[in-house]
Amino acid sequence: MAWTREQMAAIAAEELNDGDYVNLGIGIPTLVANNLPEGVRVVLQSENGLLGMGPFPFEGEEDADLINAGKQTVTVLPGGSIFDSATSFGMIRGGHVKVAILGAMQVAGNGDLANWTIPGKMVKGMGGAMDLVAGTPRVVVLTEHVAKDGTPKIVTECTLPLTGQGVVDRIISDLAVFDLYKDDGGNQGDGGDHHPRLVLTRLAPGVTMEEIREKTQASFDIRLEKEGVAA
Amino acid sequence: MAKLRATPASALQDILHDGMTLAVGGFGLSGIPADLIDAVRDSGVRDLTVVSNNMGVDGKGLGVLIEAGQVRKVVASYVGENRLFAEQYLSGRLEVEFTPQGTLAERLRAGGAGIPAFYTRTGVGAVVAEGKPHEEFDGKLYVRERGIVADVALVHAHTADTDGNLSYRYTARNFNPVVATAGAVTIVEAEVIVEPGVLDPNHVVTPGVYVQRLVQASNRVKDIEQRTVRPRREAVSA
Repeated sequence: MAWTREQMAAIAAEELNDGDYVNLGIGIPTLVANNLPEGVRVVLQSENGLLGMGPFPFEGEEDADLINAGKQTVTVLPGGSIFDSATSFGMIRGGHVKVAILGAMQVAGNGDLANWTIPGKMVKGMGGAMDLVAGTPRVVVLTEHVAKDGTPKIVTECTLPLTGQGVVDRIISDLAVFDLYKDDGGNQGDGGDHHPRLVLTRLAPGVTMEEIREKTQASFDIRLEKEGVAA
Repeated sequence: MAKLRATPASALQDILHDGMTLAVGGFGLSGIPADLIDAVRDSGVRDLTVVSNNMGVDGKGLGVLIEAGQVRKVVASYVGENRLFAEQYLSGRLEVEFTPQGTLAERLRAGGAGIPAFYTRTGVGAVVAEGKPHEEFDGKLYVRERGIVADVALVHAHTADTDGNLSYRYTARNFNPVVATAGAVTIVEAEVIVEPGVLDPNHVVTPGVYVQRLVQASNRVKDIEQRTVRPRREAVSA
């Protein structure tokens, strides 16, 4: 049985620690705020210039001057702060916001992400997505496993224009969790494999390996940690 | 200091010309200089290049300049709420330079700070970096982006003193402080205008040095694009 959107959000929330600074994208990622583990309080960043974003206001208390990056009316929690857009993206680009959780149109096995445009079809713009994936140390993607027409969204190579190259660290779909192991050589002295590896680490209950293989275009390794069900 | 003007139209007098570049503050419809935008529309100036994070919605904000056919080119990060924009863009009447939001903010900041170009990781490997110079620093590849200086910057502030010192309210701040630095001439509309000395110098966000002209904003109802609320808990429990 596939995970619900709430369950996907709860899986994303599992890795968050008390005091983390987190940016949540539009859609399923916004549900992460409501699914935090007991005792964990994170500080939500909204890239239009707000840290310490709170829940939606009570009816009648909405304020046109207090919105999130999705242009929704929000509130600011005690301890929150307001800043201009250059400062906001300075903290993003500078890696001070620890985790970005966002949606995807396509993710490739090498960590490439496409989530901003469909040529000839959608002219909206990338907003802050390119900055977020380039600057945030950890990028988690929440997405349906396949597109509405059934085509795989986890692909060998993105065919849609990229938002970022090799930026994704984890993919949480309604069927499975994949982690991207990035062996960037660095000081490990192995001098070898610089290609990130896509690793299946978790299956939704009742989902078979066969189904995952069928619905995933990218090749992947398997290292199941939880809820693993043999095919 | 004669920064204060009587009307938005008089604040824009003698500085608008066809083909000029405007930088405009705001995020969505929040913190937009709506009165100054309306005055630009009324002036009839054409072939504008508009640098702004968004382009308003149909009939609101910068949408009114699109509607009036006054815009030739847009530098923006997200225009998804504007159908007329999509129409004019797809038909080739409107040129668009999509710029990642953080890169746009930094381009304005850099332009205002006398920095002609800078390097960023944002957009490397994506279409926005195509044709731009790249350089490797500490083993990572960066793309060079240019600073932006506009002919005129339009800003919405909450409180201004007559010397042009500005403060903002909540997320209506957004791009306004960086836009204010990036104009050869910066024009500000403010909801509240006070005498020098009323604004606490500790709370001034934009110092008056950046502001050339100032006008009282009209008392319009501010638009909300996505009105999201939560229900009040039951006041009385039995």
